[in-house]
Amino acid sequence: MITGKETVHPGWLRAMHWLNALAVVVLMMSGWRIYNATAFLGFAIPKELTLGGWLGGALQWHFAAMWLLFFNGLLYLAFNLFTRRLFHKFFPLSVKGVFADLLAALKGKLAHADPRHYNMVQRLAYLFVMADSVLIVLSGLVLWKSVQFPLLRELMGGYEGARLVHFLAMAALAGFVVVHLVMVALVPKTLVYMLRGR
Amino acid sequence: MKIQRPRRLNIDGDAVLREAADRIASARNLSPARRSFLRGSLTLGGLAMLSGCVLDDSEAVNTALTRISRLNDGVQGLLFDPNRLAPTYPDSMITRPFPFNAYYGEDEVREVEEESYRLEVAGLVADRRKWSLPELRAMPQVDQVTRHICVEGWSAIGKWGGVPFFHFLRKVGADTTAKYVGFKCADDYFTSIDMATALHPQTLLALTYDGQVLPPKYGFPMKLRMPTKLGYKNPKHIQAIFVTNTYPGGYWEDQGYNWFGGS
Repeated sequence: MITGKETVHPGWLRAMHWLNALAVVVLMMSGWRIYNATAFLGFAIPKELTLGGWLGGALQWHFAAMWLLFFNGLLYLAFNLFTRRLFHKFFPLSVKGVFADLLAALKGKLAHADPRHYNMVQRLAYLFVMADSVLIVLSGLVLWKSVQFPLLRELMGGYEGARLVHFLAMAALAGFVVVHLVMVALVPKTLVYMLRGR
Repeated sequence: MKIQRPRRLNIDGDAVLREAADRIASARNLSPARRSFLRGSLTLGGLAMLSGCVLDDSEAVNTALTRISRLNDGVQGLLFDPNRLAPTYPDSMITRPFPFNAYYGEDEVREVEEESYRLEVAGLVADRRKWSLPELRAMPQVDQVTRHICVEGWSAIGKWGGVPFFHFLRKVGADTTAKYVGFKCADDYFTSIDMATALHPQTLLALTYDGQVLPPKYGFPMKLRMPTKLGYKNPKHIQAIFVTNTYPGGYWEDQGYNWFGGS
């Protein structure tokens, strides 16, 4: 049981989490305005959800916030590897375990007694969002500098392929954010832990 | 395709909030508690709702974003490899029809008179004489099929032919240690590029499109074609070329598009 004195999330993690949240909000809203310039999938994002006013403004926001996501993400991965947090928080992971925890969660029987411990579904979700963020950055790099990164460009299926990868990876991240916020609403104390650490 | 002009709301967020707060404060039919609640929600919720306008119009935010954009110019300059070639494609992959693109509509395309046309060369160059079209056509020509990437996100493949720009710059004795090459166009468009891109082997002074004399809609008599830069960096109807060390900006760049605009 948690006593209220032990740290659930260290300070560096909380700082990076909120910086990342800021970067993601700015990048998504400005990115939707950029998407609207051609709306290549046949639908437009409502103007109220976009940032930047016009294409040039949205691009400025996008190309500013990308540095925040990039450096914050790089530091996050470095800290996780260096402190070995990545290995003891997110592993082991098994298909059977994920299904068992998912079933328990759906039945409302999943325990949240120790917030320092991630269940299998959380582990999978957080690992997924890390990998998805890397994909977003790499496909974004191809869109930004498609001539300068030929190997990456071909892996993404060329410039037009990278455009689709970038959009779909964003949609997956948006899906994660929705589920993440619903879970926080269901277990509000996790928000306190992420703010105060305890 | 017409590029959208920028639209900016000139709403003074602070003034709007102040006025609304005053009105609430002076409303007589409200209890003091309700009044203070409303005023409080205005400063928090109201500010959050207006924040889009406030952020977009704030001079400080614009200055910060422009500064980061300048930093991004520098990073792109470092990432740019002067020897790396953009992919080329077979003729069968050419996008037909190739989209029209300008800051005005296709019905406003400028027609340039062939006989009287003379290309002006200015700035840090040894030879400032003007060039006629037959003289430019007499120089060695190359053809290339490359992808044009628009800042809006779409892309299209086209075939441009003309004089490699590095060849032309050497011919006029340009100072290739200068920072910028600028362009003034017959359609009042203007832009500028870095010298490294100007000297890139695929940067062309394009005189033809798909084997034909460049049609007016694609920039007759001449456009600069760079597969290593976004579409708006590729000026059409070029009237004058100048070499300089003073940052020249550009039509879209001055409004907020990134200056380097590299691909």
